[in-house]
Amino acid sequence: MDTRFGGKSVSNASRERRKAQGARVRGWLRGQGQPPGPFRPEFWRSPLRGPWLTSVFGLVLLVGLPIVALTGLVSYAAYNPGLPGNDMTPEKGLLGFYLFDWPTSPVWLYRLTQGTHVILGLTLVPILLAKLWSVIPKLFAWPPSRSPAQLLERASLLLLVGGAVFEFVTGILNIQLFYVFPFSFYPAHLYGAWIFMAALVVHVALKLPRLVTALRSRGFRREMRTNLRDTRPEPPDPDGLVAATPAPPSMSRRGLLAFVGGGSLTMFGLSVGQTLDGPLRSTALLAPHGRDYGPGPNDFQVNKTAASVGVTDAQTGPDWRLTLLGAQQVLLTRQELLALPLHTYRLPIACVEGWSTEQEWTGVRLADLARLCGVAEPGGVHARSLQQGGVFNRVSLSAGQVADHRSLLALRVNGADLSLDHGFPARIMVPNAPGVHNTKWVRELDFRTLP
Amino acid sequence: MNRYGAPAWHLIALIACYAVALYVFTRVISAGIVLGFLLWFVGAVILHDFIVLPLYSLADTGLQRGPRRPPVNYVRVPAALSGLLLLIWFPLILRSSEYYYRASTGLSTEPYLLRWLLITCALFAGSAIVYAIRRLRR
Repeated sequence: MDTRFGGKSVSNASRERRKAQGARVRGWLRGQGQPPGPFRPEFWRSPLRGPWLTSVFGLVLLVGLPIVALTGLVSYAAYNPGLPGNDMTPEKGLLGFYLFDWPTSPVWLYRLTQGTHVILGLTLVPILLAKLWSVIPKLFAWPPSRSPAQLLERASLLLLVGGAVFEFVTGILNIQLFYVFPFSFYPAHLYGAWIFMAALVVHVALKLPRLVTALRSRGFRREMRTNLRDTRPEPPDPDGLVAATPAPPSMSRRGLLAFVGGGSLTMFGLSVGQTLDGPLRSTALLAPHGRDYGPGPNDFQVNKTAASVGVTDAQTGPDWRLTLLGAQQVLLTRQELLALPLHTYRLPIACVEGWSTEQEWTGVRLADLARLCGVAEPGGVHARSLQQGGVFNRVSLSAGQVADHRSLLALRVNGADLSLDHGFPARIMVPNAPGVHNTKWVRELDFRTLP
Repeated sequence: MNRYGAPAWHLIALIACYAVALYVFTRVISAGIVLGFLLWFVGAVILHDFIVLPLYSLADTGLQRGPRRPPVNYVRVPAALSGLLLLIWFPLILRSSEYYYRASTGLSTEPYLLRWLLITCALFAGSAIVYAIRRLRR
């Protein structure tokens, strides 16, 4: 009896509690008070968060992110997507408005832009993380909006933060050849970039005045002289970045900036080597393509082994013939190619994944091969590889690329025959072209006018 | 202030942003990758804001609440840098990308774990040396 009585009174009490709880939740939804936890200002206690700190990170990103974005857009142009079969995102529509004919000079341009895209992107990761950390209380700001303007602006942050993290994650996984994403990299990374850029431009337009005011609120030099003992929170700000009840600082502001900057330097220092030749290349300890292959003439970065694309010794042996298609069809053995006028140039090979290396290539000029099959002024060439499948077993090169005297069908590298993994018996080498356009294991060059 | 809550150019700028995003989204649909794209786009926000950030914040709080408070920055800095390197390069360090890495480069991802461990050791050693020097000077 006692227990039943007790049970009944407990259930009464719990009904009361539920009722009160319901009233509180309805209050929160109407904007009276905040739900507990991160929705309450006193949850966020870092004494360093504040508009000045956020603006310092913001300023670095304001310089860095546009460079990463523009070099990315340049890389799309470098693929000459206007030529048949080259476009990895044929549904681009208006987003291809800026595309231009990719030049062959300077030969190091793509090496520079794509190296910058990847290495600067990696370098900015710590800054981006620090920037997002510095504004995280605003994600939980309650009530969600005080006006339609605020609601619209907060929703656009989903595009901004989602776009930023999406771009960094897909890019970073792709350069490590970790293809876990359920989509092709090219369209996802390109379209994600456009969404991110749109949100970034608006974010900058809306926040730039506040960035300027905040940066002026504290002297940078003075901040660099302030040690931990003298570190105080920034004055309360209308955006609520400064903690309402700050904890005592465990790091000075200059210490935090050095910490984040040190993170960037670490990322940079351990990866930049994969864009360099010589002894500095070995500094790329944590980068996918800075490895040592040995001292031989063919011992430099491979980016698709013959075995992985089904190219065998049998196909590339004495029975191999190069087919030239033009006014007439010409078949050439490798010996016949080696008997043609050969030219040697030092040219970089630069990959979309950010690594690059300069080697000395020897081969027959593409323009000479065009004349050999009766095409005096080629409108371009379509090269096909022995490689089975894959999107880069063929490439279209422009009239300008074929006409450049340094554009070769390379047969040798650094004085030795090409190795099988570097494209034996013959590969394309075009100055300033993205690495995947230097097609390996070439079996056919079609100089008939590109449609 | 008007009922919108901001000047007209604020509204125009945001409408332009959403219009571009919407157009780009139609391209995503044309590319036939819409489901995976959406999942990863929203997943990226969740991953950062609700997993990565709370995890490293918790780890940092834990570090500061140790029974004997350690010289916190001399542990937190090398630990964070080492964690950052693991976060970025885990497909190489933990050898998740071994299959495609070998197919592409002809090499194995095997050396990366040791490299990361050595770099981590160097970071902690460097931090310990700086700490010792500062203690001695005091």
